[in-house]
Amino acid sequence: MRRLEGLAKLTGAERFIDDEPFEGLWGMTVRSPFPRGRVRELRFSDSIDWSEFTVVTHEDIPGANAVYLMELDQPVLAGEYVRHVHEAVALVAHPSRAMAREAIAGIEIIVDPDEPVYDYRVTPDQSQVQYGEDNILKRLLIDKGDVEAALAQADHIVEGVYETGAQEHVYLENQGMIARVEDGVVVVRGSMQCPYYVVNALKHALGRAEHEVRVIQAPTGGGFGGKEDYPSIIALHTALLTLKAGGAPVKMIYDRSEDMAATTKRHPSRVRHRTGLDAEGRLVAQHIEVVMDGGAYVTLSPVVLSRGIIHAAGPYACDNVRIEGRAVLTNAVPFGAFRGFGAPQTHFANERHMDVVAKQIGMDPVELRRVNLIREGQTTATGQVITGGADRVGLMDRALELAQFNEKRREHDSFNVANQYLRRGVGLATFHHGAGFTGSGEVYLASRLLVEGLEDGRVEVLTASTEMGQGMLTIFTDIASQALGLEPGDIVLRDPDTSRAPNSGPTVASRTAMVVGRLVEKACEAMRARLGVDKHTRGEELKRAIVEWRRQHPDERLVGESQYEQPPNVNWDDETYQGDAYATFSWGAYVAEVEVDLRTFNTRVLDFVAVQEVGRVLNETLARGQVQGGVVQGIGWALLEEMRTRDGAMINNQLTNYIIPTSDDVPSIRVEFQEEPYEFGGGGAKGLGELPMDGPAPAIANAVAAALNVDPKVIPLTSERLMELMETVATS
Amino acid sequence: MTVLMPESLDEACAMLAEGIAKNGEAPTPIAGATDLFVEWPLHADAHSRSYLDMSGATELRAASIEDDAVHLGALTTYWDVVVNHPLVAEFPLLLEAARQVGSVQIQTRGTWAGNIANASPAADGVPVLMAYDATVVVQSEARGRRAIPLDQFYLGYKKTQLAPDELIVDISLPRGLRSVEIFEKVGTRRAQAIAKVGLAITHSEAGWRVVAASMAPVVTRCAHVEHMLEEQKIVKTPQDFLNAIEADVSPIDDVRSNARYRKTVMSRLLYHDLKARCAWIE
Repeated sequence: MRRLEGLAKLTGAERFIDDEPFEGLWGMTVRSPFPRGRVRELRFSDSIDWSEFTVVTHEDIPGANAVYLMELDQPVLAGEYVRHVHEAVALVAHPSRAMAREAIAGIEIIVDPDEPVYDYRVTPDQSQVQYGEDNILKRLLIDKGDVEAALAQADHIVEGVYETGAQEHVYLENQGMIARVEDGVVVVRGSMQCPYYVVNALKHALGRAEHEVRVIQAPTGGGFGGKEDYPSIIALHTALLTLKAGGAPVKMIYDRSEDMAATTKRHPSRVRHRTGLDAEGRLVAQHIEVVMDGGAYVTLSPVVLSRGIIHAAGPYACDNVRIEGRAVLTNAVPFGAFRGFGAPQTHFANERHMDVVAKQIGMDPVELRRVNLIREGQTTATGQVITGGADRVGLMDRALELAQFNEKRREHDSFNVANQYLRRGVGLATFHHGAGFTGSGEVYLASRLLVEGLEDGRVEVLTASTEMGQGMLTIFTDIASQALGLEPGDIVLRDPDTSRAPNSGPTVASRTAMVVGRLVEKACEAMRARLGVDKHTRGEELKRAIVEWRRQHPDERLVGESQYEQPPNVNWDDETYQGDAYATFSWGAYVAEVEVDLRTFNTRVLDFVAVQEVGRVLNETLARGQVQGGVVQGIGWALLEEMRTRDGAMINNQLTNYIIPTSDDVPSIRVEFQEEPYEFGGGGAKGLGELPMDGPAPAIANAVAAALNVDPKVIPLTSERLMELMETVATS
Repeated sequence: MTVLMPESLDEACAMLAEGIAKNGEAPTPIAGATDLFVEWPLHADAHSRSYLDMSGATELRAASIEDDAVHLGALTTYWDVVVNHPLVAEFPLLLEAARQVGSVQIQTRGTWAGNIANASPAADGVPVLMAYDATVVVQSEARGRRAIPLDQFYLGYKKTQLAPDELIVDISLPRGLRSVEIFEKVGTRRAQAIAKVGLAITHSEAGWRVVAASMAPVVTRCAHVEHMLEEQKIVKTPQDFLNAIEADVSPIDDVRSNARYRKTVMSRLLYHDLKARCAWIE
C-alpha cells in the first residue's frame, strides 16, 4: 500500500500547525538566563506599554504548578527557583508576533545565583545537591548469578569505559501549538506524539476535569521522541495565555534556535564494562555501570535509564550479570525521549566493548559474537527466556555475507598499505530492541481503541496513536482493511482528537504497529460481533451489513472496542528487575564500511548493510524507510552531531553549526528483513521504529577501529576527537 | 526596511552617495542576499536597515575572457561559472570552489563579488580567486574606478578597503600557465558545510600562492609557507610546515573546530597534496 498522506506532504498540500490561517495572539516565552538560583523578581521595562500584552506568570496557574509526568518536580513556569538556562519563567502574548518578541526582552529576571552542577560523571559538592542526598534521580540494579565469583574464575578480564553525547532530534517541523477556549473547554491543537500526555498535563495544572480539555494532534512533521513529553509544556503555556486573554486563540511556534536551545536532547551517557571470559571466549561475567545525565528535572530519565540498563548486556547469553544504573541531576536543560530511549547508548558501549574484548584476547570479533549470541531457550540479563524470533547467528551471517565482510577485510589490508593517507575498515554490531513499553508498562497503560461502522458503510478507526511521518495512518488503514476485507478508501482515520478517540497510549517505544495495530484487529472483530456476523462477512457484504444495522439502530453507534491484554506467560517483577522485560525483542546485525582521511581525520561511511528481524513486515517501503532513516540518524550521532554547551545549554543551536548528515554523507544502505511473524503483534509485527538507531554508531566506530587500529570510546567521533585519539596512540 | 532598486551601475553608485549624504549611512548592497538571509532570524537590527538591490545593474552580469585576463562582473554567480566551460577549463579551481558553496540553490544566487564583500574568513570563493592573483575593481560616484589586488583587499576581521560609497564592479584574473592547482575545503560534513580549513594553492611563473581560509580573521596568503616552497626547503613530515603555518595564520577555537585541529590539518593537506608534485617533499 502507498503511503496515504505521501502526496499531500510531497506537494506541500499538508497543513502543519504553522500553516493554518490564524487570527489571534502570538505567544512568546521569557526564559531564564541563569542555570540555578532563587528568583527575586521579574522587572518589567518602563518603555513597553504592558496594557497591550497578555502576561502570564506562575501566579496565573489555576491548578498545580507542575508538568504532569513521572514526578511533579518540573514547574510549568518557574516561580521562586530556576534550575536551568532557558527555563520558562513568564509568558507574553500580543496580536503582533514581532511585538511579542520585543516584549520578552523587556522582562528582566533577577536571580540570586546558587552553585550549578554540569558534569554528571562526578560526585557533586554539598552546595550543588538539589535532589535527594546526592542528585541521583534514579538508581536501578539488575543482578543475575554471582559476578564477582565468576570474575575470579575467568581466564580473561577486559575493562572499558565508553561515552556518548547528547543528540538533537532535528524534526523538520518545529514545535508549535494553538490553544483557545470553546464553550468553556480548553482546546489545544498542535504538533505532538502523545495527545493524552497533553490531556493529563492540562487537567493537572489547569485544575480541570477531562471533559473540560480537548487535545487534537495536527499533522506532525517528525518527532523521534522530541514530541513525546515537551509538547505538554507548550500546550500548557498556550492554554494559560488563552485563559488569561479571555479565550482568544493563542499560537506559539518555536523558531529553530529556540527549539534547539530549550527542548530536550538524547541523554549523554558513560558506561563502564568489566567483562570476564573463559578460554574459548565465552562470556562468564558482565559487570556494567551505566550513568546518564538527566538534566535539571526528573522528566522521563528513570525510564530511559531502565531501557538503557535492560539492553546494556547486549544480545548475548551470560550467567553472571550485574548492571548498575544511575540517572543524575545536573543544571543542564532536561534530557528526554529520543528514538531508542537509552538503548542506543548502552548498545554503543557494549558493541564497541565486544571489539575491544576480541582484540585484547586475540579473537576475531565475529567469532566472539558467534560464541555468545543468545540461543533459543537461553536467558537475558533479567532472566527472560528467549524463544522464537530469527536465529541470531543466522542474522549475523547474512549481514556479513551481504556486506562481503571477510573479502572487504582482505581488500582493506592491501588498500591500507598501498594508500598514502586513506584507511578503510569494516565493523559489525549485533543488537536487539525490546518492543513496546518495558515490563508491566503496557498493562499499566491498558490502551484502548474503537472501530466504528459509519452510516455509509465505511469504517472509522478511533485512536490516539499519531502519524508523525513514520507511517501509522498507512499501517492502521492496511490492518483494518485486511481485517474487514474493505478497500483502503473505506477506512477513515482522522486527526487524533481526545474528545472522540480513546487513550491508545503514547506513540512511542516502537509499540504502535505491534501493540495498537493488534488492537485495531481486535476492535474489528468486536465490531463484527456487535453486528452479529462472523469473520467470513467481508468487503461489500460487510458494508451492506453496516449500512443495514445503522438504519435499524438510528440512535446507536456501531462500535467495536478493544483493550490491551498481555500475551500469556509474560511476567515481570519491578522490584527485582527480573523477568520478561518485554513481550518480545526485535533483532539486528549491521555492518559499516568506512574510509578515514588521515589528512583531515574525516570519516566517511562507504557502505552499510542492515539485516533485521522485526516480526512480519507490514509495509516494505515504509519499513525500509524507517531503517534507512535510523541509520542516517545513527551516522550523525556517531560522527557529526556534537552539542556544544555553555552553562548547561546548547550554544550551537542553529542548523549552520549543529551538523546533521546530508545525502552526500550517506552511503547506499542495503536493508534486508528476515520475517518471523509474531503471534501477538498487529499483522504479525514486532517493534521497528527504534531498532535502527541502536546498531549504526557501534558498527561505524568498530569500522574506524579496524581501519586505524585504535579504539575510539567516545562519540560523536568528530574529526577533532579522532585527531586527538591518533595523537594519543602515537605518543604512547 | 527599505530596498532601493537601481536600474544601472551609475544609479546604484548615486544611491550609495545619496544615502550617506542624507542618512549618514550607505544602504547595504545585496546581490544574491544569501549571506543576509542566513543571519536574518538572528539579527533583528538587519530588519530595519536599507538595502541596495543590485540585480537591476545588468551590465555587471557578464563574464568575459579577454587576451590577458578574464573578467567576472560583480553579479556573476557561482553557477554562471560552473556552466561556463571555457572559463573553468582554464581556471578549474573556480569550478571546484563554486560547487562547494552551500547547495545548488545558493550557488545559483550567490555571487563571487558578494563573497569578497561579505569578508567572511571562511569564504569558499575568495581563496581560489586570491590564488589566481585576482584584482578587484571598485567604483564610486565621487572618485570613479580603482583596482585593488585581492590579497590586499582585507584589513582585518570583516574590514575591507571598500569605502562606504564604493561598489565592487569587476573581478579580473590574469591568464597564464600554472603547474599546480589545488583547492581543499574541510568541513564537518561533505556538503552544505562551512569550512573549518580552506586551502587554495597554485604555482605559475609568478611563483607559489598558498591561500588559507578559516585560519585567520581574514582569508590570507601564507607568505612563510610560500617562501618554503619557493626555496624548495626539504620537508620530511607534515610537522615541518607547522612553524611557517604558525607565522602565517592565527586560527581560533570556536563552535566549529579548534585551533590545533586547523593547524594540524593544514600541515597535513600541504604535505600530502604537494608530495606527489614536489620532489623536495619526501
